[in-house]
Amino acid sequence: MSDQLYQDRIVALAKAKTGAGKLENPTKSARRDNPLCGDRVTIDVRLDGQGRIAEIAHQVRGCLLCQASASALSSVAVGRDAAGIAAVRHDAERAVGREEGEAAEPFAAFAPVAAHKSRQECVLLPFEALKDALS
Amino acid sequence: MSFDVTAVRRQFPILSQIIDGRPVHYLDNGASAQTPDAVLDAVRTYETTGRANVLRGVHRLAERATDAYENARTDVAQFLGVQPMEIVFTGGCTAAINLVAYSYGSLLKPGDRILLSELEHHSNIVPWQLLRARAGVEIDMIPVTTDGRIDLETLPGLITPRTKLISLAHVSNVTGAMLDVGAVVTAAKSVGAKVMLDGAQKAPHGPIDLPSLGVDFYVFAGHKAYGPNGIGVLWAKPELLDAMPPFMGGGSMIGRVTFAETTWAPAPRRFEAGTPPIGPAIGLGAACKWMQALDWTGAHAHEMTMVQHLMDGLQKIDGARIFGPAGLQNRYPVVSFTLDGVHPHDVAQTLDSFGVAVRAGHHCAQPLMDRFDLDGTTRVSMAPYNDGSDIDALLTGVRHAAKTLR
Repeated sequence: MSDQLYQDRIVALAKAKTGAGKLENPTKSARRDNPLCGDRVTIDVRLDGQGRIAEIAHQVRGCLLCQASASALSSVAVGRDAAGIAAVRHDAERAVGREEGEAAEPFAAFAPVAAHKSRQECVLLPFEALKDALS
Repeated sequence: MSFDVTAVRRQFPILSQIIDGRPVHYLDNGASAQTPDAVLDAVRTYETTGRANVLRGVHRLAERATDAYENARTDVAQFLGVQPMEIVFTGGCTAAINLVAYSYGSLLKPGDRILLSELEHHSNIVPWQLLRARAGVEIDMIPVTTDGRIDLETLPGLITPRTKLISLAHVSNVTGAMLDVGAVVTAAKSVGAKVMLDGAQKAPHGPIDLPSLGVDFYVFAGHKAYGPNGIGVLWAKPELLDAMPPFMGGGSMIGRVTFAETTWAPAPRRFEAGTPPIGPAIGLGAACKWMQALDWTGAHAHEMTMVQHLMDGLQKIDGARIFGPAGLQNRYPVVSFTLDGVHPHDVAQTLDSFGVAVRAGHHCAQPLMDRFDLDGTTRVSMAPYNDGSDIDALLTGVRHAAKTLR
């Protein structure tokens, strides 16, 4: 079961570390903790005049799923506003089986997490941090 | 005769299961231990031949239930080397600590001090923070050494005449280190402070002689000591129990109730308001009897052999680091480790695919994790029914995680 969880695509997303790091002058930052497992995500964003993400960076102290999700989110975040990120979140929710429907890339890679309820919050934590940063 | 682990394993039906084609390698005993037939049988006997409420009824089932419940109190008392009326059944270890924090805590004054350590479980931190907010007491903290022990060398500088209680883990739920209780009791006596031990990780490893320890309060959890969920134990010196006001009000804990005034029952009833967890208490009594019958000299040697086997194996894995005492002295079979480049949750999830159950994360000890700047650890916690095959399966899984996840 767990071997199936850590499929190559998820491991590759985590290793890609897209957006990993800090921004020098972020417009906003937010940190979210998962009190159950201790995972911690900090997201910095620089916004343009229309509230769209011009630049994003994340620091993850968490598991591979959380790292992969932050990496995937960073890869599609630029140019989106809060509503656009909410739409991406639906993909993540679909991928992990919390919503009906097919998930678009890159979150389709997280389909194996659907069988591991206790790990789904790991995928969603970066979205919670980004939501706070955009609020 | 050497310790017969096979005979012990046979008494735990859950361990003979095959899940997804693999045997169960249960190494999460620090979170919850498994339950032997003796406990299951005792609970089933109560539920099928004597189920009724305790203390109130005059019918035969009520008498059977009351006898079984009070016999369980006696079994727990014998396990701890104390008197039955000094044993309070609670809903768990956390509930027992909260009881002391609320009830004994209500006797403290603003400015009185509670001394804890950096490695405490949250359940031995947060109740005192609640007391601090309620009653204005102060909390001091004993730091931890780099090998995961409570640093008692700092004790003289931390104890003050206002220190009223020192509450510490008897055995760390993260590092497995055992406290030098004697040193703590001596220091406490020098200022008249009381000592409470959180025995959640010690009680599952055999009978405890509380009078020889010289402590004032002791708590442990049933489900970590081969008993059912929903039951815990508070032991306190009788003079302390007598002085402490009730924690919860309700039936059974009263002397006489009128709308003008209510008087309290003596301990332990004063602290057992309402219908207690009867079946779980009976199960815990059976667990204590089961533990008393075990050869703990052999069991402890067996547990330490497994700890050594685990440490030797981990040391051969690149990037695996043990967090806790490196030796076997004054430690119990709880071993935490980290694996460079792999998060503990991913280690634990990988181990699950090898049939190995462990706990990963902060282990409800976030201040300890912060002190060492750790995201968490993977924790292997053993019981006498574990064997070398469990450790071998674990090491295979850790090697696999190291190879595939970084």
